[in-house]
Amino acid sequence: MNNLRSTITYLVLTIFGLTMIVPFIWMLTTALTTQAEFNKQETLFIPKEEYHVWNHDGQKDRILLVMEKDQDSVIHVLDEKLNIAVEYKQVPSSEIELVRKKPSLHWDNFSKAFKKVPFGLYFYNTLYVSFLSLFGVLITSLLSAYAFARMEFKGRDLFFYLFLSMMMVPQPIYMISSYVLLDKLNWLDTYNALIIPWTANIFTIFLFRQHFKALPQELFDAASIDGCSIFGMLWRIVIPLSKPIIATASIFSLISSWNSFMWPLVMINRPELRVLQVGLSYFNQEASTQTTLLMAASTFSIVPILILFFFAQKQIIASYAKTGLKD
Amino acid sequence: MKTKWKISPYLYLLPALVIVIAFRLIPIVMSFILSFYEWSIQGTGKFIGLANYAAMIKDPVFWQSMGNTFWLVIIQVPASIVFSLLFAVLLNKIKYFKSLFRIVYFMPFVTSLVAVSIVWKLIFAEQTGLMNTFLGYVGISPQGWLSESRGIFLMIFQDLGIKFDLPRFFHGPSQALFGIIIMTVWKGLGYNTIIYLAGLQNISKVYYEAAEIDGAGKSRQFWNITLPLISPTTFYVLIMTTIVSFQTFAQIYLMTDKGGPLNTTKLIVYYIYEKGFDLLEMGYASAIALTLFILILALTIFQRRMEKHVNY
Repeated sequence: MNNLRSTITYLVLTIFGLTMIVPFIWMLTTALTTQAEFNKQETLFIPKEEYHVWNHDGQKDRILLVMEKDQDSVIHVLDEKLNIAVEYKQVPSSEIELVRKKPSLHWDNFSKAFKKVPFGLYFYNTLYVSFLSLFGVLITSLLSAYAFARMEFKGRDLFFYLFLSMMMVPQPIYMISSYVLLDKLNWLDTYNALIIPWTANIFTIFLFRQHFKALPQELFDAASIDGCSIFGMLWRIVIPLSKPIIATASIFSLISSWNSFMWPLVMINRPELRVLQVGLSYFNQEASTQTTLLMAASTFSIVPILILFFFAQKQIIASYAKTGLKD
Repeated sequence: MKTKWKISPYLYLLPALVIVIAFRLIPIVMSFILSFYEWSIQGTGKFIGLANYAAMIKDPVFWQSMGNTFWLVIIQVPASIVFSLLFAVLLNKIKYFKSLFRIVYFMPFVTSLVAVSIVWKLIFAEQTGLMNTFLGYVGISPQGWLSESRGIFLMIFQDLGIKFDLPRFFHGPSQALFGIIIMTVWKGLGYNTIIYLAGLQNISKVYYEAAEIDGAGKSRQFWNITLPLISPTTFYVLIMTTIVSFQTFAQIYLMTDKGGPLNTTKLIVYYIYEKGFDLLEMGYASAIALTLFILILALTIFQRRMEKHVNY
């Protein structure tokens, strides 16, 4: 009975688990297929390729078979780029061969997609924006959380509730007014628009405050007796004791900047300032018939985050799990 | 004794405060003001009082996108809760491959919505898509998915050969929107599963041991112990998923042709985007945004109230 139960559990988990990753596997295998194979409208998980060659005088030319008869066949001879080189040719059918390759992995789709659109630039922009925002988030959050957690001052709770209530407001609500505001500041189409508004993250402040509050007061008393300044305590006590939570917040911040889409889509028009997600969405519009290149581009756009995820999956999952626990 | 200084706390607070006021508080207030103006990006606007709201109430596309959003939320949120609770309960039981499964389930959540939307658009393709291939294996004929504007309830009734004469809204979400819902549930499941898993691990084993002694079966244990004790987590998941669900945008932008076919996938945030940035009716778009905000706020407060009634 118990064995049956656990078999069913694993079975259900595996079936649904496959549903979760099949789209990724299919994305990758499509990215490795030639467009011609993809257009044949068969669903493939192992990229394969089938084509005819003309075997003559010890040399094999790739051809397009037009008509095959018992004796003679009509063919187009193709050049290296698979364009038609010779319009028609009649050759003996015995010289025609069908080549089947399975798997036939076209890694060159990745370099083709990468060259088609300046993805290198988009990667650079995304990294630049993500890391500068992260830098800002850490500074503003460490300082303000330190004040909220360890200092007493007039209006502290008021400010804190102000922050909390701002956290609850969804981004689309203030998207239009932010656009108008950034326009007045002349920041549209600049890095400023992508970075400065995101240099404070209320959730991170909240996270840090919880953590800083839990630090023992004795440490601060002792440091105070030793003549340590207020800032010195932040630098020498709080930060060294908060490395895990800082790492957590950094990962949140990097993942959300990397994946952010609507904001940069709206605020940036100049192609040279596009971030990866926006660049990919334009590529989606421009290259909608080049499915395999599109899948290649989608694949390399998620690889950095997936590497980060696989590398630190335990911490990342644990950190996200913590966001749901009430204090 | 906490450290008492006069000016210094405000200096520590200042950087965060400036950003939060400048890029949250001011835009939120501005959005309220803009909604009373006829505003396009050139120059200044013209005060028109409540005219934007009056126009909104008469705008059939506004109501259609509200209806679409309603169907998305009302199907996606419960589906997400049921599946993620199921996965969490199963994951909580197993001994081997636990972290492998967690990675697999969490993967869609960390990957970008843009990339997965592009992939899912292809999955739903009529000829070459995976979805129709798999449906073919179980003997279901190819579906139109993202190009199908008929409501799913209507389609079911038509397949059964039953007459179905209700107004359009009751036809349910179009199959195109239903495809978006499937994809959105898939994308968010990992997070909710992890949250539930953390919640389940907080339930003391003692309850189950006691139930075991009393002879309660596994399913009774689930209904009488797990479900009530996990309800705080359920409310958190409910509130968060609802808020996120209302904001669905990227899927529509990337997978559909401007909310088509026949506006059946036009969700409210996409409509705000379209009005604000395609048609440059920023005042009008702000009025819709503010209406959405009030709606989300009211729902959140309602759900919190419910929580107080239900919790143990």
